[in-house]
Amino acid sequence: MTAFSPYAPLDIKHGKVNMAHGSGGRTSAQLIEHLFKKHLGNELLNQNNDQALFEIGAGRMVMTTDSHVVSPLFFPGGNIGSLAIHGTVNDLVMSGALPLYLSAGFILEEGFPLIALEEIVISMARAADFASVKIITGDTKVVERGKGDGVYINTSGVGIVPDGVHLSGSFAQVGDAILLSGSIGDHGTAVLSSRENLEFETEIISDSASLEGLVKIMIDKTPSIRCMRDPTRGGLACTLNELALQSGVGIAIEEKHIPIKPQVRAACELLGLDPLYIANEGKLVCICPAAAAEELCATMRSHPLGLDSQIIGLVTKDERCFVQMKTTLGGMRMVDWLAAEQLPRIC
Amino acid sequence: MKYISEFRDPSLAQALAKAIQRESDPSNHYRLMEFCGGHTHAIYRYGLKDLLPDNVEFIHGPGCPVCVLPASRIDQAIKIQSKSDAILCTYADLMRVPATKGHSLLKAKAHGADIRMVYSPVDALRISQQEPDREVIFFALGFETTTPPTAVIIKAAEALGLKHFSVFCNHVLTPAALEAILNPPDQQINVDGFIGPSHVSTIIGSDVYKPFARQYQKPIVIAGFEPLDILQSILMLIKQLNKGSYTVENQYKRAVSSSGNTKAQMLTAEVFDVVDQFTWRGLGELPDSALRINNRYKYLDAEEKFPVEMTVVSEHKHCLCPSVIRGRNKPLDCKLFAKACTPENPLGACMVSSEGACAAYWSYGRFKDEAAFQPAPQEVKIYK
Repeated sequence: MTAFSPYAPLDIKHGKVNMAHGSGGRTSAQLIEHLFKKHLGNELLNQNNDQALFEIGAGRMVMTTDSHVVSPLFFPGGNIGSLAIHGTVNDLVMSGALPLYLSAGFILEEGFPLIALEEIVISMARAADFASVKIITGDTKVVERGKGDGVYINTSGVGIVPDGVHLSGSFAQVGDAILLSGSIGDHGTAVLSSRENLEFETEIISDSASLEGLVKIMIDKTPSIRCMRDPTRGGLACTLNELALQSGVGIAIEEKHIPIKPQVRAACELLGLDPLYIANEGKLVCICPAAAAEELCATMRSHPLGLDSQIIGLVTKDERCFVQMKTTLGGMRMVDWLAAEQLPRIC
Repeated sequence: MKYISEFRDPSLAQALAKAIQRESDPSNHYRLMEFCGGHTHAIYRYGLKDLLPDNVEFIHGPGCPVCVLPASRIDQAIKIQSKSDAILCTYADLMRVPATKGHSLLKAKAHGADIRMVYSPVDALRISQQEPDREVIFFALGFETTTPPTAVIIKAAEALGLKHFSVFCNHVLTPAALEAILNPPDQQINVDGFIGPSHVSTIIGSDVYKPFARQYQKPIVIAGFEPLDILQSILMLIKQLNKGSYTVENQYKRAVSSSGNTKAQMLTAEVFDVVDQFTWRGLGELPDSALRINNRYKYLDAEEKFPVEMTVVSEHKHCLCPSVIRGRNKPLDCKLFAKACTPENPLGACMVSSEGACAAYWSYGRFKDEAAFQPAPQEVKIYK
């Protein structure tokens, strides 16, 4: 921050978001200076322009965007702020990219406590720092009370894909192996369990995390990886269906190899949900040639975010692009697309 | 998950499957109806068909309360909500159930109706306490299992003196549906034995089924919802069918007694009366097949409080649900299946919820019927 600041101090402890915070005037500037820039500031954000100017090196760029409307805003294992960073960083790194810069657009509801907003912004700063990305431009709008749900955050991001890295959901080939980086359903059930009308005895923690470190060691070790995707909304089931359709292949998985935490399994049992369809925010699915699978799985398990990695199945020839699963009892069933929303607003 | 994982044990499942193989007579065909949607779901979810010989056939019965609720009742709920400007509280799986003209609660909500999803009837009561000036209506539905909780909130609403609370009652009765399957107008019954209701029987008990078994000479085995429960029940049914016996057996003894939960039965009797006629999606009008709130608590009945005109609804002329539910047709026999009627856009009762016969077949089983493209299931190599 500059030595001379023209902005009046902000009472974060007692203050609430008001319409003037989105006006573009002095009050807006005060919020940006004392809350957003205080925690997220860096040399590019601090240029104070309406856009951030940065140099790009050689290579191909990727860009992605993601809006976050999770309810409730705070859940075990994270909040909307950390989630907004993890979601966009993960979408970037699934291409094999090195994530660089993010934008952050806030839609705030009049009356939202500044102290809660600060907590969210601090989480964003930590998550961005951990993932080695910078938030370099942003926007704040305020909507009247009752017209939002506290805070919505949109983040967009850019990254650079190193030479020689080519990943796409369309690259899966018959005989390839399918790997999963850990237990499924943690995020969706954690958010659900923190809703006011549901109480569980055991706390379920969201797996929300940035996967850039895991992805980097995977690509370094196994350049032959065909594709990666994070199974967020729609869960593992929908991600596998997307990949099957994109590559024009079938997928066969085995239920007994899919890790599910006991408390997640129990919560799903109680609520009649299928963990295969529950969102994850810190897991990835990877397809690679079968010959490389075991070594890749060992690599994944050497990373803190991939300790429970498993080879869960393989790519089959099936012009209908069906995903099938051998159940724990030995029967076969289809794992279809999700027909409707299982849980609303989990990310 | 103690007391659940034991009933999903793969080695025990294999042992039961072998016993069924041994017991089944290759010259016989066993047509077994699982009455409950919960059983249908478990059969598909665990791929139980693959463990059984080809001559054991499942017929998926009408026991999914969401599926059998007719479009006219959804229409009525939407009208009542609109007339009273109430907060209509309902279970999430009811949101997509089709009303007439492509309408649904989900669409009514999008058009501004205050419809809220709840996990328990008590949530509706709580909303009513939090918003004492708004009318709150609970959309009650289900078989005998979900009826006692509705009775509880009706009594609680009175005790709390809630002025703006009411219940739209759609509770239906299992024996009436069983009668409709066993005594159809043309007397053609395509079922040899029944995998009897699970949770419903915890309330109504196993003795209720005895007259049906005796009169229609069909064995009935009350079965739990876990895969081992279902497999063991199939074994019990096949043994009965081979002997030519037709008694009611209780496989689900850990939860079901012969007389059921008498306290719950009394609670239900205290609050509800049986209605003369009720229309079921797929089965049509059935006598003595549903409940309404009795005179004592009539002032809490949303239908009494906000009378609206009923729509007369006829089912799609090509929909085969009535005969799918009765075991005469398979989902694939229906012209609408997977074309006009899909889980995203259900037309018939069996496609409405994931527990319906057609939806379960679509979501879990359809890969089997296009064998030409079917890759042989390959063993997945385990990483150790």
